[in-house]
Amino acid sequence: MKRERYKSLRTLPREEPLGPGGPLCAGCGGLLALRLFHKALGGNAVFVNAAGCCTLLATYPFTPLRSSWIYTAMASAPAGAQGVRDALDILAEKGKLGAGDRKVVVLTGDGAAQDIGLQSTMAAIHRGLDFYYLCYDNEAYGNTGFQTSASTPYGSRTATCPIAPLSPRGNPAPRRDLFEIWRAQKPPYVATLSAAYPLDLAEKVFRASKFAGPKLFIALAPCPPGWDVDSEWAVELARLAVETGIWPLKEAVHGEVSHTFVPRRFKPVEQYLSLQGRFRHLFEPKRDDAAIALIQGAVDEYWKAARPGGGRAPGETP
Amino acid sequence: MSRALLTGNATAAWAARLAAVDYVPAFPITPQTEIIETLARWIHAGEMRARIVTMDSEHSMLTAAGAAAATGVRVFTATSSQGLLFGFEMLYAIAGLRLPLVLVNVSRGPAHPLTLEPDHSDVLSARDAGFLQFHAESCQEVLDSILIAYRLAEHERVLLPAIVNLDGFYLSYTREAVDLPAPEEAGAFLPAFAPAYPALCDPGSVAFGAAVLDSSLYTYFKHQMHLAAEAALQLYPEIAAEFASRFGRSHAAVEPFMLDDADYAIVMTNSFAAMGKAEVRRLRSEGKKVGLVRLRMLRPFPHAELRRLLAGRKGVAVVDQNISVGKGGVLFSEISSALYGLADRPPVLLSFIGGLGGRRFRPGEFDAMLERLENPPADTARACWLFTEEEAREIERLLAIAGGATT
Repeated sequence: MKRERYKSLRTLPREEPLGPGGPLCAGCGGLLALRLFHKALGGNAVFVNAAGCCTLLATYPFTPLRSSWIYTAMASAPAGAQGVRDALDILAEKGKLGAGDRKVVVLTGDGAAQDIGLQSTMAAIHRGLDFYYLCYDNEAYGNTGFQTSASTPYGSRTATCPIAPLSPRGNPAPRRDLFEIWRAQKPPYVATLSAAYPLDLAEKVFRASKFAGPKLFIALAPCPPGWDVDSEWAVELARLAVETGIWPLKEAVHGEVSHTFVPRRFKPVEQYLSLQGRFRHLFEPKRDDAAIALIQGAVDEYWKAARPGGGRAPGETP
Repeated sequence: MSRALLTGNATAAWAARLAAVDYVPAFPITPQTEIIETLARWIHAGEMRARIVTMDSEHSMLTAAGAAAATGVRVFTATSSQGLLFGFEMLYAIAGLRLPLVLVNVSRGPAHPLTLEPDHSDVLSARDAGFLQFHAESCQEVLDSILIAYRLAEHERVLLPAIVNLDGFYLSYTREAVDLPAPEEAGAFLPAFAPAYPALCDPGSVAFGAAVLDSSLYTYFKHQMHLAAEAALQLYPEIAAEFASRFGRSHAAVEPFMLDDADYAIVMTNSFAAMGKAEVRRLRSEGKKVGLVRLRMLRPFPHAELRRLLAGRKGVAVVDQNISVGKGGVLFSEISSALYGLADRPPVLLSFIGGLGGRRFRPGEFDAMLERLENPPADTARACWLFTEEEAREIERLLAIAGGATT
């Protein structure tokens, strides 16, 4: 991707829209993604939140955000964004709003985005609502103790797919492809993000800001307690997910997909999986080659389809 | 002021228009749909300056309603039955955020069994959420109650949302002559919305609607809501009196009918109270000393006024068009608790379940109620279900057909 705005880390805004001292877990990949996202977005946004880990950011009477905040419910943050956006527009038409438009941002985890909140999200996209949507995807219901969500990848151990005689591989289903579900409605902008690629992340927020309508982002959010890793590994895992090809960095403008970063050589998925407790049963006490091969096969399949003829990915920077 | 022949639904739409609401998130459901269709027609024709958005569900509709009210605009919306239940979660959220919007509920019994006709099991299920509740008897009262509801809800000492209830079919589609105030008259009673606190439209960055807090703070804020509802009870007569002085129509929280020297009183709500009043008038003409009490306001509950009106009566019958399964009529429970501890409380308090799913009262049923009040059964806590023998025979017949089909 040709960078238009953020060419080096120096070009990222210095202002911190997210203060320290929040109650989220150390090493939370979702919080880091939110911080970078908010930096690129600028201040004075209205965050509309669905129940999830980030709901804890609004623990009365504190907030670490330099923006307004309203909690709605798990199922309906996009409908809340509709109400806020419409009301701001009504007030602006009446001349009752001060200078500077406020951006409206839905903030949800993958549990809300993929499951209970999918209907209201689809409806908001269909209505062409002018809003940002940030899903921090830790691949499970993280806030309630890491139960299986539709984002949970094949083979992951969760609290509801424990490693047990009748479920030796954890979660039996592949993750649901939320990017493709969103893209099918051809909103102006959809992207995946990784906190380990701050320039790619910030650039995408900047590019999206030029479009009116739904602007949707899924950020892979390493979750130290849920993934069963030390906090210091969060960024490394976010990077390995991209380098192994498990988490493709991409965007879709009006439905047309391009990959914004493609590793020169993909690392084997094993390097990513073996670091995490949630996949430990694939390696010990006995190595489960079939399961690892299945995960690797799905990744290879994805990139084969993304790169017809084995050539460069669409939009790949040479 | 003008006068028009309007359905209850069209009247509700007129009230929203006269209240100069800014925003109407909507979702259709029978028998409420005419309200949002009417508003949509006016708004799209440019006759009414507001924004209407058809949402994907009542849950989303109520979420958008609350979020818009939090941002600083006046919001109106309407639903019925299953729709109210589907959006139920948001009732608590809206009330808890102290957002003074008005929701019209067109009563319809909740499924199963499925019916389109009214009872109040839908709206009464919402009585604990923190919404003020008004129940209208006539189309005129639908209009007046909505205007009064906004005034009360938006009062800085209240800041609670309100539900205005009207019966499906009996009121939603019944045309009555309705006095419509001119927009400037309505505006003089209900000035433009001015949010009491900095909202999401505030120029500064404001954290609003914090989500999580500890048990003592949770208790504190719930208590504040309760105090606000009590303040609404105190403020209501003042606002209703101002309404009466401007428009000439009085709307007490509790309406007495032929009650002055009544030994017996029948308690009712909503449009079926009109049938009750006709029956009381008939019984009076036969020399029976009976009157009627209609509850217009159900939340906050007008304890003191109800006690004043029922004290010293020989017997009171409560007609519930709802059922709290395993307990009985909701109003019966509420009125029982209101009368407890009253020195000269009526010695007989009886519960009648009637009018469920729109079932009309049959001739003679009010006579039977009165007879029961005069000669009360031993177990007065047990509800009496209003049924005729003819209805029972018809039910037997239908059950036999249904049973026959399976063999």
